[in-house]
Amino acid sequence: MTTATYVFGIVSALLVLVVVFELLRRRRVRERHALWWLFAGVLALVVAVFPQLLTATAQLVGIRVPTNLSFFVSVVILFLVSVQHSAELTVLEDKTRTLAEHVALQDQRLSLLELASEPGTTAAPTADLPEPAHRVDREARSA
Amino acid sequence: MSSALAQTLIVMPAFNEEDAVAGVVAEVRAALRGVHVLVVNDGSRDDTVGEARRAGAAVVDLPFNLGVGGAMRTGFKYARAHGFRYVVQVDSDGQHDPAGVPKILDALQTHDVAIGARFAGEGDYTVRGPRKWAMKVLAVVIGRIAGTRLTDTTSGFRGAGPRAIEIFAEHYPAEYLGDTIESLVLAARAGCTIQQVPVTMRERAGGTPSHAPVKAAVYLGRAAIALVIALWRPPLTLQPEAGTTP
Repeated sequence: MTTATYVFGIVSALLVLVVVFELLRRRRVRERHALWWLFAGVLALVVAVFPQLLTATAQLVGIRVPTNLSFFVSVVILFLVSVQHSAELTVLEDKTRTLAEHVALQDQRLSLLELASEPGTTAAPTADLPEPAHRVDREARSA
Repeated sequence: MSSALAQTLIVMPAFNEEDAVAGVVAEVRAALRGVHVLVVNDGSRDDTVGEARRAGAAVVDLPFNLGVGGAMRTGFKYARAHGFRYVVQVDSDGQHDPAGVPKILDALQTHDVAIGARFAGEGDYTVRGPRKWAMKVLAVVIGRIAGTRLTDTTSGFRGAGPRAIEIFAEHYPAEYLGDTIESLVLAARAGCTIQQVPVTMRERAGGTPSHAPVKAAVYLGRAAIALVIALWRPPLTLQPEAGTTP
């Protein structure tokens, strides 16, 4: 390994860390999302500074070409990141769905209220709903 | 039965049904005196909301399409908030005959969930070929889980009692096939009792259900996945019936 490739490795790892830290600093990425990236950046820096660590670990687990180990670890980290994104996406979708339901329900209540408070209208649209007292109790409970 | 009707909310999920919805709402209101009809507009781009409102239904307007499961959960939330004891889902395309609603309500007096089934001996609704087998397999498996005999688990004509409403208002699934398969598994595993009621169904006004073998296979595959995942999930616990606790 030449000095150039050694320096190149360290600079690349530092670049990853700088980008992630900068995003964190500007609040563009939340810490929980940056966790895997930070881990990957630190790992890359350690391996770049001490390449013999990679060779030793590869030998320990029986991988003949040390770079294959780094590829493998990279793939695993990328996999974990993208699984985490899928999970977060699901949570977000679920929240959006719940919000949509609440918006629609409140919209409906609002338009009923507007209708009832309009002067001249005699029909109270909620008058024939069952157990109106029950409703208040429920709303309070879910709040 | 009339007292049960007054405590019943008919929920109709509607997506681009401006042609059919008004007629169905009017038919339901005429057939079932004193019943409440809620149309949940599932992000339609047409005038479903206006048509439903003019026909005398309460309308909840979802800002975007959530699918039948999402629309139904909204309906269950509405029912819970307004103190309805029973929720009966009726399709807004006129496929379900409102004459079946009292039968579903009868079943809800003793059970938590009632399914209006197409193949239980009444009506002339038929499905042939591979899709039929897929539905049959599903019915047997889910029937086993629910501890009752089922022949049609994919029917959207169904009712829920107070205990089921409590669960469905929070947990009605929105995924593909979630509103049919997973909802039943979810209810059964939470301890809800399920009963099947034979009902008549009409041919769908527009569009024919597919009988292609490949599609049926894909359907069965997705249904199987949905079923396995539903069984894998931690079961929900049943709340005591609303009103019985202080």
